[in-house]
Amino acid sequence: MSGYAVQVDGVQAYVGNGSSGVVADAPAVVFIHGAGMDHTVWALPARHFARKGLRVVAPDLPGHGRSSAPADGAPALASVGKMAAWIAKLLDALGIATAAVVGHSMGSLVAWRFACDHSKRCRALALLGTSMPMPVTDLLLDAAHDNHHAAIDMANAWSHSTPGALGANDNPGLWMLAAGERLLERSGPGVFHADLSACNGFRADESEVTCPALVIAGNEDRMTPAKAGLDVASHLPDARVVRLDCGHAMLNERPNEVLDALIGIV
Amino acid sequence: MAERDHRGPRPTGFDTLTLHAGQRPDAATGARATPIYQSASFVFPDTDFAVGLFNIERAGHVYSRLSNPTNAVLEERISALEGGVGAIATASGQAAMHLAVATIAGAGDHIVASRSLYGGTHNLLEYTLPRFGIETTFVDPRSPEAFEAAIRDNTKLLFGEILGNPGLEVLNVPRIAEVAHGAGVPLLVDSTFATPWLCTPIAHGADIVIHSATKFLSGHGIVIGGLVVDGGTFDWEKAENVAAAEEGLARFPTLTEAYEGFHDLVFAEEFGPQAFVTRARREGMRDFGACMAPTTAFHILQGLETLPLRMARHVENARQVVRFLAEHEAVASVSHPELPDHPDHELAAKLLPKGAGAVFGFELKGGREAGRTFIEALSLFSHLANVGDAKSLVIHPASTTHHRMDEKALAAAGIGEGLVRLSIGLEDPRDLIDDLGRALRRASRPPRGGAS
Repeated sequence: MSGYAVQVDGVQAYVGNGSSGVVADAPAVVFIHGAGMDHTVWALPARHFARKGLRVVAPDLPGHGRSSAPADGAPALASVGKMAAWIAKLLDALGIATAAVVGHSMGSLVAWRFACDHSKRCRALALLGTSMPMPVTDLLLDAAHDNHHAAIDMANAWSHSTPGALGANDNPGLWMLAAGERLLERSGPGVFHADLSACNGFRADESEVTCPALVIAGNEDRMTPAKAGLDVASHLPDARVVRLDCGHAMLNERPNEVLDALIGIV
Repeated sequence: MAERDHRGPRPTGFDTLTLHAGQRPDAATGARATPIYQSASFVFPDTDFAVGLFNIERAGHVYSRLSNPTNAVLEERISALEGGVGAIATASGQAAMHLAVATIAGAGDHIVASRSLYGGTHNLLEYTLPRFGIETTFVDPRSPEAFEAAIRDNTKLLFGEILGNPGLEVLNVPRIAEVAHGAGVPLLVDSTFATPWLCTPIAHGADIVIHSATKFLSGHGIVIGGLVVDGGTFDWEKAENVAAAEEGLARFPTLTEAYEGFHDLVFAEEFGPQAFVTRARREGMRDFGACMAPTTAFHILQGLETLPLRMARHVENARQVVRFLAEHEAVASVSHPELPDHPDHELAAKLLPKGAGAVFGFELKGGREAGRTFIEALSLFSHLANVGDAKSLVIHPASTTHHRMDEKALAAAGIGEGLVRLSIGLEDPRDLIDDLGRALRRASRPPRGGAS
């Protein structure tokens, strides 16, 4: 089976599990997707760690993919803090005490916040395409606010490296630019804007991560430049950095290298 | 408040994509052209990576029936040009059609198709697929209402050719997509005659596009190949389609239900917009095995590099030939959407603004006999069963490509006894017109020995 539904904080949440059965007492790994995305971005690593016997938890955040919108009627959760709190409640609902937490882009902020606020529950942290703060240009915010397709075009174009914009994907026959576009097109009105606003409004505080961490930075990342990722790593007590020749959409551009790096920490 | 004028970055141009999409200089050798990876299999770095490839955790190649690095470049490139999320190269256009159908339809299912189709596709739908329990209702391609009326509970897709064969009916993709989506069914379009240079059906609402790459895409009449492009636009799990699943009636069970043949994988759940193309590769290429040879993929890629240049010349030459024939006294009628009297003239201007293709039919005044004389008198035009070659081609559909159809079906498909089909190539158009003029004069001469 590919996933299941669970009720969390008034949200009918969908959780992808990498096609494994739910192994109640196996070590858990949580995958948190980026703005406007859903669990499908984690298809390959989720399937890998599921096969390895881990309990894979790849939720669609409230308002995304197959999960219903937040109970307050907003299209999506309004802040990174709320998303991190929701992840904690999701783990409560699933009876998971501790987990390795992996996040991409906005998901990396959620993962970091979770690791700070629930340090005893986070056994490892992986931040992919991260930056703190994570400013979003008004051009993109405004277009997303109006649910205009230009927002998707900007995010998609800026998420790929210059060579990556021409494809040559390791995954045979897949044109990932259109895949990213279709995924964002599926996102409901206001969701992408809510997510981008949450990224834009995020500020790191003095909280500290105590678990081992991994930062994966794309050398040609135009959304969260590698330099910003290295800066995040420098504030983590026990962080390994992996730099890849790719843009922000590293799960598309370098699927095997991302998985190799994750294997080292998850 | 007035709607704000947002602008995204300029996308990579079509002409650039025809040359670069899906390929970078070869990492190992620096080769600029796409190398032909003439290898059946690919070495696994280690046993765990091997398992990962089989279990869709790793990106890479296993065996050339499933995927091949040369083919993958072609697949990515056609996806980029059509605006799809992924593609699969197949052994032929027929194999592409079969793969598209077999990925979502099985015994007990139904298709609604245009009745103006390539003869090979008509054979598959009318005579062969019923043996496997898949029925097709053929309808007037110009009537979205007829498509709608023919949809049943078990209909799995609507299908038509962007330019009908051989009458060049222009498929009203936006309207028929609306009908299809209203009924929770995807629209499959054969865009062989248009190529993405003339029309991108996905942008107009189609969900899956197929090609015979033998034709204009490769462009030189040297290979047989097909392509299936997944638009990634169709929501297989749409509420009404999944609601029935609880009663065991899922509309697209191959994509929305657990697949025993792959450890209960549910493709739509795990791969989202790429569900169809992933299932097609993981099941269709694995089990039916109609894969493309990598050398064929190389030839098609070579053709694609000049697609914009060739298509511009194909349609311009066709335009000149159409004009010549339309005014010729030996010609009864010419069917081409660029002519003002063609029923789809306005639709063609909207969907195919750069030109309505370089394949078209015309009727000789002298019927079947004049047709035979005409074809035999041609010198530059080659009499053969193909279209989309750099060289100009000619054929008599009623006795060749469509000979399996009875008179009624021929009439319904708009194929007259004296219809001659031309595929206009890249020669000097003056030489083509001279050749046609000579043959028309020969065909309109009274038979030898008759009254003068």
